[in-house]
Amino acid sequence: MIDILTDSQALTNFLNSALRLSIPLAFAALGGIFSERSGVFNIGLEGLILAGAFGAALGTYLTGSPLAGLAFGLACGVLLATPLAVLSVTLGVNQIVAGIAINLFALGITAFLARITMGASANTQLLAGFHRVPLPVLSDIPVIGAIFFNQDVLVYALYLLVPALTWLMFRTTWGLNIRAVGHNPRACDTAGISVAGVRYACLLFSGGMAALGGCYLVLSQVFVFSEHMSAGKGFIALAAIILGRWHPVGAALACLLFGLFDALQLRLQFGNPEIPYQIFATLPYVASILALVLLAGQNVAPQAVGHHYDRRDY
Amino acid sequence: MIETLLRWTYRLKSVWAVMLALLLGALLIVLAGYDPIAAYRELFSGAFLDYWGVSATIAKVSPLLLAGLAVALPLRVGLFNIGAEGQIYMGGLFASLVALNLPEMPALPGILLCAGAGMVGGCLWALIPALLKAYRDLNEVIVTLLLNYVAINLVSYAVSGPMLAEGAPYPYSEEIRPSLFLPIIMPRTDAHLGAAIAVLLAMLIFVMLRYTATGYAMRTIGSNPHAARYAGMSVRRHIIGAMVIGGALAGLAGAFEILGLKHRLFHLFSAGYGYDGIVVAFLAAGNPLASVLAATFLAGLESGANTMQRAVGVPVTVISAVKGLIVIFVAASLAFSFQRSAWAAVLRRRRETEAALGEVRRGRRHA
Repeated sequence: MIDILTDSQALTNFLNSALRLSIPLAFAALGGIFSERSGVFNIGLEGLILAGAFGAALGTYLTGSPLAGLAFGLACGVLLATPLAVLSVTLGVNQIVAGIAINLFALGITAFLARITMGASANTQLLAGFHRVPLPVLSDIPVIGAIFFNQDVLVYALYLLVPALTWLMFRTTWGLNIRAVGHNPRACDTAGISVAGVRYACLLFSGGMAALGGCYLVLSQVFVFSEHMSAGKGFIALAAIILGRWHPVGAALACLLFGLFDALQLRLQFGNPEIPYQIFATLPYVASILALVLLAGQNVAPQAVGHHYDRRDY
Repeated sequence: MIETLLRWTYRLKSVWAVMLALLLGALLIVLAGYDPIAAYRELFSGAFLDYWGVSATIAKVSPLLLAGLAVALPLRVGLFNIGAEGQIYMGGLFASLVALNLPEMPALPGILLCAGAGMVGGCLWALIPALLKAYRDLNEVIVTLLLNYVAINLVSYAVSGPMLAEGAPYPYSEEIRPSLFLPIIMPRTDAHLGAAIAVLLAMLIFVMLRYTATGYAMRTIGSNPHAARYAGMSVRRHIIGAMVIGGALAGLAGAFEILGLKHRLFHLFSAGYGYDGIVVAFLAAGNPLASVLAATFLAGLESGANTMQRAVGVPVTVISAVKGLIVIFVAASLAFSFQRSAWAAVLRRRRETEAALGEVRRGRRHA
């Protein structure tokens, strides 16, 4: 345990695994920021991650190509986000109810479809996936290079997405519209912005992003699909959004913090095989709750989040 | 006449939603290459028509109904208790801890003590999100969800380490002694007294919500917290109270699973009853008496699913997909209200036209 403080190789490995563990959270959190900024609380992230993971596994299983798996995973996420959007935006069903419905459905349908499409081999046969691609020059930087620039393409995509989405959210008209719709939908409606349109776009986008998190789980981490493999990552991502104050950079940092705790608990598991590992497995969840209690400051949530907008209401 | 019919059509919207979900489930069964009619026949006859099936259904009513009430009660004050699963685990943990360490005593006080311990466990687990909600305005949905994972892992830890039975091949604790077993209500089956107690509690909560000052305060806070505060009701106290009672009910569900059915603490002993409780509460629209029906239906679905898998071969996971579909459609159906429907508008216009015609007719008579 102490070796990560003294041995630089051990420290590098530890931080590298912390980063890898935070990637699925970060994809989901970035998507969640968009849906929450547009005024829709997306508790369905958990199910959307699972849909992405299932799609990635199925696509790769059928074609043998991880790229096809990625495309399939993305499609599954967007597809599952569609009923979520219909429920919470068009029908005005309580957003938490809608999200729970999506989560329950995703849990059942992915287990069922995995069983009938991939059969019993789904949990055992390793799928093709993405491999580490060290970036030239950058990966030669001591410590930092080995941690950040010796990863696979999905991680590099995330590095680009964080600044790109920050720019989109805070420097473009689209971003302004999204934030405005999440803040005061009536004013936007009056100004001729389609509230439902913006919310649909953001929800479908968040479905795709969360699905990318699921794709990463399957194609870069474990190379199999297993039932409920999302294991609460969508909920930790929700905590990261609050902690990151609904800002892509903040949320990414919060995810990194949770990844750090996850890596820590894995190390504790390996270092203490005589203690049942489950006690350490609670650490990321406890850390998320404690972080919310201690660090979440003034509530800066988008004002209209959680509320259905209906032109006929006053 | 037409209006009454239409009103009832709308009132039964949950029923239509469930049927639609079952229909889509049939489609999934066809996709998987099985006969949906045979599958559903096995499912429903296995769940409700023979002695063993009914007993299996009743054994599942206990956790499902208690978990449903654990969700429904906080829903009355506008809180989402998504943490029933974790509260069930803590209830089971506390109940088994007491059951395994209790000195020799008669059955009744022993069982009461164990069940009480389970309620305390669930209470404490629900108190965390309740306090954070009331004093820090932290979203109870996220906190309860995260706590579920903590509780499940804590129980797994307990039965893999400190409570592991000697020579156990699988993580479970020692068996509790037979004097602490809950009485069985159908001879030679697993149907234990828990289901009956759960139904009694549902009635009690129904009366409490409808006829007591506390129930009135809860309903008021749920529909308009500002008005409730203005009327001098303590929003904080009722929020914490509803959540904690919900936690106690879920904890009791966990205790009954151990005392009535499993007789030892297993890891992963709850199989998602806490999440099914959410389905029960939504199906029943938060009504405790309707929860009894909803829990029985869902319990039948789950016990029948096993019969279906044995007889026809359809994987039981199709039923968890159907459960998800049920929530999706029931949630969607909530959006359809008679008052806002085109039918209501048509009927309103019809009434107005008739009233106008009536005036014209009366006017003629006077002239």
